[in-house]
Amino acid sequence: MDHLDKLEAQSVYILREAYREFKSLCMLWSIGKDSTVMLWLARKAFFGHVPIPLVHIDTHFKIPEMIEYRDHFALEWNLNMMYGENSEALAGKFTFPDGNADRITCCKYLKSEALKHTLSGEWPRYRIDHEQHRYVQDEGREPYTGVIVGVRADEEGSRSKERYFSPRDKDNVWDVGDQPPEFWNQFKTDFAPGTHVRIHPLLDWTEQNIWEYIEREKIPVVSLYFNQGEGIRYRSLGCYPCTNSVNSDARTVPEIIEELKSGKFSNIAERSGRAQDAEDGGLETLRRDGYM
Amino acid sequence: MSGRAQMNIVIVGHVDHGKSTVIGRLLADTGTLPKGKLEAVRESCRRNSKPFEYAFLLDALKDEQAQGITIDMARCFFKTAARDYIIIDAPGHIEFLKNMITGASRADSALLVIDADEGIKENSKRHGQMMSMLGVKQVTVLANKMDLVNFSEEVFEKLKADYTAFLSQINVTPISFIPVSAREGDNIASRSERMPWYKGYTVLEQLDQFVSDKELEEKPFRFPVQDIYKFTRSNDDRRIIAGTVAAGSVQVGDEVLFLPSGKTSVIQSVESFNTAPKVRATAGEPSGFTLTTQIYIRPGELMVKPSDPQPEVGSRFRVNIFWLGRAPMIRQKEYKLKLGSARATVRLAEIWNTLDASDLTSSKSKQQIDCRDVSECILETTRPIAFDTTVISEATGRFVIVDNYEIAGGGSVVENLSAGESLLQQHIRDRESHWEAGLIRTEQRAEVNRHRAKFIVFTGVPGTGKRVVAKALEQCLFLNGMSAYYLGVANIDRGLDADLGSRAENGGERLRRIGELARILTDAGLLFITTIDDADDYDIETLKALNEPNDILVVNMGENGFLRYQPDLQVPHLDVLAEAVKQVADHLKSREIILDYQI
Repeated sequence: MDHLDKLEAQSVYILREAYREFKSLCMLWSIGKDSTVMLWLARKAFFGHVPIPLVHIDTHFKIPEMIEYRDHFALEWNLNMMYGENSEALAGKFTFPDGNADRITCCKYLKSEALKHTLSGEWPRYRIDHEQHRYVQDEGREPYTGVIVGVRADEEGSRSKERYFSPRDKDNVWDVGDQPPEFWNQFKTDFAPGTHVRIHPLLDWTEQNIWEYIEREKIPVVSLYFNQGEGIRYRSLGCYPCTNSVNSDARTVPEIIEELKSGKFSNIAERSGRAQDAEDGGLETLRRDGYM
Repeated sequence: MSGRAQMNIVIVGHVDHGKSTVIGRLLADTGTLPKGKLEAVRESCRRNSKPFEYAFLLDALKDEQAQGITIDMARCFFKTAARDYIIIDAPGHIEFLKNMITGASRADSALLVIDADEGIKENSKRHGQMMSMLGVKQVTVLANKMDLVNFSEEVFEKLKADYTAFLSQINVTPISFIPVSAREGDNIASRSERMPWYKGYTVLEQLDQFVSDKELEEKPFRFPVQDIYKFTRSNDDRRIIAGTVAAGSVQVGDEVLFLPSGKTSVIQSVESFNTAPKVRATAGEPSGFTLTTQIYIRPGELMVKPSDPQPEVGSRFRVNIFWLGRAPMIRQKEYKLKLGSARATVRLAEIWNTLDASDLTSSKSKQQIDCRDVSECILETTRPIAFDTTVISEATGRFVIVDNYEIAGGGSVVENLSAGESLLQQHIRDRESHWEAGLIRTEQRAEVNRHRAKFIVFTGVPGTGKRVVAKALEQCLFLNGMSAYYLGVANIDRGLDADLGSRAENGGERLRRIGELARILTDAGLLFITTIDDADDYDIETLKALNEPNDILVVNMGENGFLRYQPDLQVPHLDVLAEAVKQVADHLKSREIILDYQI
């Protein structure tokens, strides 16, 4: 087995363990390359099926192509696709693009808050109807006790401390100082009422591994990751007001891998294009509050 | 694709002996730091007017910086010419032992850092022993801070001799000792000119000398069944046995045996998504199989080949265990054991010996296993599981213990002791020897009631109509003047068992209470009827034992999970309810439990 086989094996094992142990389970799909690889790994784990609902938090500031891509594959792969949103903040325009919030606060409203209440079932979830090709409000209101998230340890400091199965308390808070032990591939699959567990199948993958696997498996990804001829591409995808493209000539997956291995990006952090990380406290402050 | 080999290395050792500095150095000297990281840390040091240290590179989290110690394992990535490394920084502080274990268990090899100036400390020893418990076989000891002892060969040799003596007591032989100064960079990436007496590898050279995993493929085939999938709603009729091959290999056409159930079948296909067709699966591969026959098995069984050396099956075994829980492990409590894909209710039966890992003193008199103790003890599961002793196979011989939702301990099985008297047998013997009877004899009761007592259990997979038949039987017997009582299991959940909490964790205790209840109600002369979903050999044997000296009648409906146990009566799923009731009542009559009856 080569290193990709080993990474795949561990992720598949984690996904199957989550599916076995959590009766109310969902997977977050951000449409980005990492969670798309994770979705692909679920198809590996479950032999072509995805028996877990996929949840997308729609900030309505996502690059439009991402939403087209999401809905296309939701239908093609027969996914149980859902989205949630902070309709109050959007209606009241309490956002950074509207000039009524700083970047961190905007993230907190449109992502952390929306996520928290979508997972708990307090706010509506919209589920794709495979017959009508449109989203309808879902009747299910049960809280998810297991949430599968595609974070990687190499992305940023706080993520390097994560467990594969990471508990969150009643208020969604991550107690980084007192995490459960995890060894011999036995994970925290028991949880007290009211708490939930975040499951991280991609923890050991690096950005380069992700692209190598996309190449090997021929996984379709959003074209925004590639240079379309203007000499720019996105390395990390988020909301358009806060995500900057990078200068790059890479038009194909192998060219991206080459760029990461030996080229200009070999020593630059992936999330350097994400403006919210640079503000005070950055991602770690967001993550303690429930951000992924 | 790069195709480069990858290895996980853990860095352990006592607090402040310099683990983070070693890692910071490795990252900096191999040029694998993300651009900007080094500058950011230097800038932060300048702002806070403190001298730059390589250890700060790892202090990515705020509360770490506040306390100045590593609280959790952190991962960083770097590469040498030979391969890619994931370095796991494990905390040295005693409070964070569980984080250290989390980090170390993922490693193929370990660097154990000891401060040459301060010498061997409590966690130098404890971590050495945990490497042994966790099964990390390749350990290199770094004598750090050699700059503080004038790069003295004498100090290094003394430390080497003392620590080797300690490790030999716990059967650990380190691969090498390296004198280093992580702060100054001596013998990390480049050879130190200040220690010309040292002729061995630098740390980087040593890392490249470590070898990657052991040959699991050559071992007997072991496949812990993680789950059974059937995605019928997506128009897929395959019934797939899913899991990861723990050891050995299997191919299409091989005969397979499931333990503990004892069922057998033959591999029909190896299933996968988006790969070339497969006929074989080997150690480490996540796999799925279909079988030539439709046998009923559950997640948690161990699939093996009958032609291979067989694993053990038992419910009582001698183990070595380490405890991490805040609450001690005690005898009166039920815990959950997870071994491979198996889950079982477990109790601590006996403690033989407890070791204080910091000074290796042992105690034979301890009555509980406290946090950070390492004990040799006997565990007993309520139902048998399949396992290997760790000498044969580590993946199927190691387990964790869950206490109050948390993994609180881990260990390895040393010996199967299932031949001895079980806790259940001891309990029943004790109960019966103290049973206080009233003045009415069993025969008298039967004579007045005009029927004998019986514990009647309906079982079979869910959805076969067990409860409907059970209730109709109660009604029929009652209307014929007999003392019959039907108990809905849900009533127990909300009543008698209301203190037990989650179902999985207390399966053994729930079963015991039903058995004890049956013992009392049959003693009262009742025809006591209840239903149990999907009982297996173990469930029925336990109920039968608990109900003794009284009688049990097992009625199965539909498919069942039994292998050894022959149900007294097999009732097919009947359209006519009266027919099913009649079958059971006729059986009772033929056994002279009841006299005549009418439906």
